[in-house]
Formats: sequence, structure tokens, C-alpha cells
Amino acid sequence: MSSEIQSNLEGVLDRGDFAVTAECGPPRGADPEVIRKKGEFLKGYVDAVNVTDNQTAIVRMSSIAASVHLLQMGLEPVMQMVTRDRNRIALQSDILGAYSLGIKNILCLSGDHQSFGSQPDAVNVFDIDSINLIHTVRDMAESGKDMSGYELNRPPRMFIGAAANPFADPFEYRVIRLAKKIDAGARFIQTQCVYNLDRFKEWVRLAREEGLTEKAYILGGVTPLKSEGMANYMAKRVAGMEVPEAIIRRMAGVSKKKAAEEGIQICLETIAALREIKGVHGVHIMAIEWEEKVGALVEAAGLAPRPAAV
Amino acid sequence: MIVGEQKPIGEIKQILSPYKRVLVLGCGTCVKTCFAGGEDEVAVLSSALRLVFKKEGREITIEELTVERQCEDEFIREAAPAVSNNAAVLSLACGAGVQAIARRFIDVPVLPGVNTTFIGVLEKQGLFTEECLGCGDCKLAVFGGVCPVTRCSKKLLNGPCGGSRAGKCEVNPETDCAWQFIISRLEVLGQLDNLRKYNPPKDWRASHAGGPRKLVREDHII
Repeated sequence: MSSEIQSNLEGVLDRGDFAVTAECGPPRGADPEVIRKKGEFLKGYVDAVNVTDNQTAIVRMSSIAASVHLLQMGLEPVMQMVTRDRNRIALQSDILGAYSLGIKNILCLSGDHQSFGSQPDAVNVFDIDSINLIHTVRDMAESGKDMSGYELNRPPRMFIGAAANPFADPFEYRVIRLAKKIDAGARFIQTQCVYNLDRFKEWVRLAREEGLTEKAYILGGVTPLKSEGMANYMAKRVAGMEVPEAIIRRMAGVSKKKAAEEGIQICLETIAALREIKGVHGVHIMAIEWEEKVGALVEAAGLAPRPAAV
Repeated sequence: MIVGEQKPIGEIKQILSPYKRVLVLGCGTCVKTCFAGGEDEVAVLSSALRLVFKKEGREITIEELTVERQCEDEFIREAAPAVSNNAAVLSLACGAGVQAIARRFIDVPVLPGVNTTFIGVLEKQGLFTEECLGCGDCKLAVFGGVCPVTRCSKKLLNGPCGGSRAGKCEVNPETDCAWQFIISRLEVLGQLDNLRKYNPPKDWRASHAGGPRKLVREDHII
């Protein structure tokens, strides 16, 4: 619809620029300054900022509210939305609300299981799954109707994203699932953190063979490691994460003082490698509680300044 | 079958504390098969309770009885004389049995001695696994006979999620990933194409989400 303005992220990707997004976790509290401070670190270095939705099933400021705080600072949010906590009625309602507030990008996820969080005694919802959610957002834009078939006045037309984990099992099925997400309506894909480049390349190759990299934009996920401890934690304790021995050895091979520097270096090498892979259209930087490093990282990667919004 | 597990003796002791005459009532169907509330469990639990209360110097008489099924009035009626002898009933049936007994004997407190856990399968001796949520709208035909609604921790109809690793679920490494099973089964059945098909949102009306359910079989009504 001509009256609806395209999101900045969509524009960057459509023009063929290598996109840069970053992740920003809302605070465990109602202070907007926390999110603004993180936003300041990212401003000018990214095309859009993912705002997580109660990640790891820990209660935080809502993704919608934190997204609006970023919008007010001139940053473009990618609102993450999980199906763990809300049924289809609440999800659709929040999509309408978010769009009314100017949020143009959405990342549809199932969400971390509540047993990983601070309130494992909570019930989960999972009324619909992430692929159903993608379908729903697409249908709202295309048919102009909600799930009940009711005609919406000003339907939301969001740039729809989905997550993919090339490192989970069964590997052969990962590309089929990616295809399902793209068929459902995902136009951009942000992946789990890439540490195992060989496996990632193989996954992209399979996606390319299926023609998927022509249908959706793939943004490779990266997380700079701060220490050997973090590398080990990610390798052993974080669901769906794969950190090869060689990376852990590299982090262990430097003094504690130099560990962060080494982590950044590995991250830069990964970004450089991602840019060389045919079918990868951008990078998604998840600097966990380390947002202040994103600017320097983007500069060092030669990805700054970001293209101006059109 | 319906799988249940006997409550800890401490909790049973506590809920029985106001009463001096108690009927421990077993059920000879599902809970018997899962060793939670059949005749044998009634005997063992009753002996244990007598011993515990005796040690504490409390006077309590415990009567034992097991009926074929506590969820059918025809069998429940057999318990009437024993129930009238006692001040309370400790039912070792599933939650349905407890309520059916309570409905029949309205002036007697009926207390649960079992936690009803799930509809499951006896995987091997001593191991029961949850296989069915009783959602009222079975789609097992699409999923190679493996239920993602019950066996996937996130109820994903278009799984597996990114947390499936070496055939195990991210939520608990001892839990098998339902989607790994679905894929393996579909492979054997030559139905891998099913994986590419979009499964739309589930209609939960047939499930408990639609409120307590009732099944009417006109052809069986006399």
C-alpha cells in the first residue's frame, strides 16, 4: 500500500546493502534510561535494533514499550515476539498496537521455554507456533483481515523476520524448516550465533540450492565472546548453540586481560567471512550486555557509516 | 492408560489428620496398572499409615477396599457399606475417580491419595511416558503417529525448534525430541513430504480450552 512507508531495514536489504542489526535486551525494571543508554551505543552503527521479548523467559520491560523508547530516539526497532506468553488474541492485538505506534519490523519466535527462566512455575501458552505467527502477520498485511477473517481498518504491514538455527539437529531438516518459514511469509532471517563457519556455510549452500536466499534475506548472527568462561558456558549451557573447540582454545590461549580483545577479533573474522558467503545479506550482532562494543565492532568491520534512511 | 503417582506419605498423613476412621479405596483399572492405587498399593499404604499413626500415638482405624473402577457408578456402589462405616475416604483413583466417589457419597469427605499425571504408555517396567493430551482433535495421521502437541515441550506443529540436539529436547536432556521421532517415522513411512506441509493453528475448541467437555453417545442412551 503506497501510504505505508517501508522500514529502513527492508530498504537497506532491498537496495542490496549488507545490513547490520544489533540486539538490545530491555531492562528488568521500568526505567527507560537503561534502554536509551543501550540505544545511544547503537545509534548510527546499525540499520535496526532487535528488541527481545522476555528473553530466556525472564520478566523484562515489554518488547513493544522498549521498541517505542528506541523509536523516540530515532532508532528503528525490530520487535521480537514470542508465542510462549500470549495466545492468538493477545498476539494479534499487540501486533496492531505495535504497528499503531510506528513499529515496522517484527521477528516471530516460539521463545525460550519457561523452565529456563526465573519463573519456571509459570504455564506456557504456545497456542500457535512461530511459523503460524509468521503466517498470521503476513495474512494480516495481504488480506487485511485478522485470523477470524474480520476486516481490519488499517491492517499492519510489517517487514517480517524469523530466526533460524543452522546448528540444531536434525541438520538435513534445518533447511526444510527455513523453507517453511519463508513460505509462511518471512522476508528476513536472523540466525543463531555463528562460531562454526563450516557448518554455517553448508547450511547457506543448501538454502541457496533450494532458491531460498533469493526469496529472503539471511543475516548471520554473531556474539562477541568476552572470556573463556563465556565460551564454555555458550558451548555447554545455552540451548541450540555450538562453539567449536578451536574457538574455546583461542579464548583460553590469551591472558584474561586480552580475552575480550580476542573475542572481538574472532567476531570480526566471522563478520568478514560472512560477507564473503553468497546468499548472506547482513549481520546480526548480539553483544549480550556489551552493547557499548557494537559501534567499534561495526567500524572495525568496515561497515560504518550505515546508509542513510531513504 | 491414565497414569498416576501416589502422594507422599507426609501429605496423605496431613490430609487425613482430622479423621479417626478412614477408608482407603483403591481402583482396579488404570492406577492399578501403574502401581499407584490398586489392591496391592491399598494394602501397603494402609499398613504404612497404621504404623506411622501408631508411632505418633494417634488412634485411627483404616479399612481397605478396592473396586474395579471408581469412575463407574456400577462399581462405586459396591463401596457403599464400607464408606458408611468411615468418617472419610482416601481414594487412590485418578482425579475422575475421586470426583465420582465424592458425587455418589455427598456427605463424606473424599480425599485424593494420588496425583493424576497423564495419559501415557508403559514404556518398560517402571517407566511411563506421556503420549496424549486428550486434545479432542487427533492429528497423528500427519505426524507419523507421534504427537507433537503432547510430546514437544512447545507444542510445535511445525517443528522442530532450534533447541533439538542429538535427538534430545533442550528443556530436559532426558526428554526425547518429539520432532526427531516424527522425522524418523516419516522417513520410514516414506512420508517426508509431510514435513514441508504447513500445519495451520490448532483449533483448541475440542480441547479443555473449550471448557469441561462432555461426550454424548445417543446410540448408547437407554
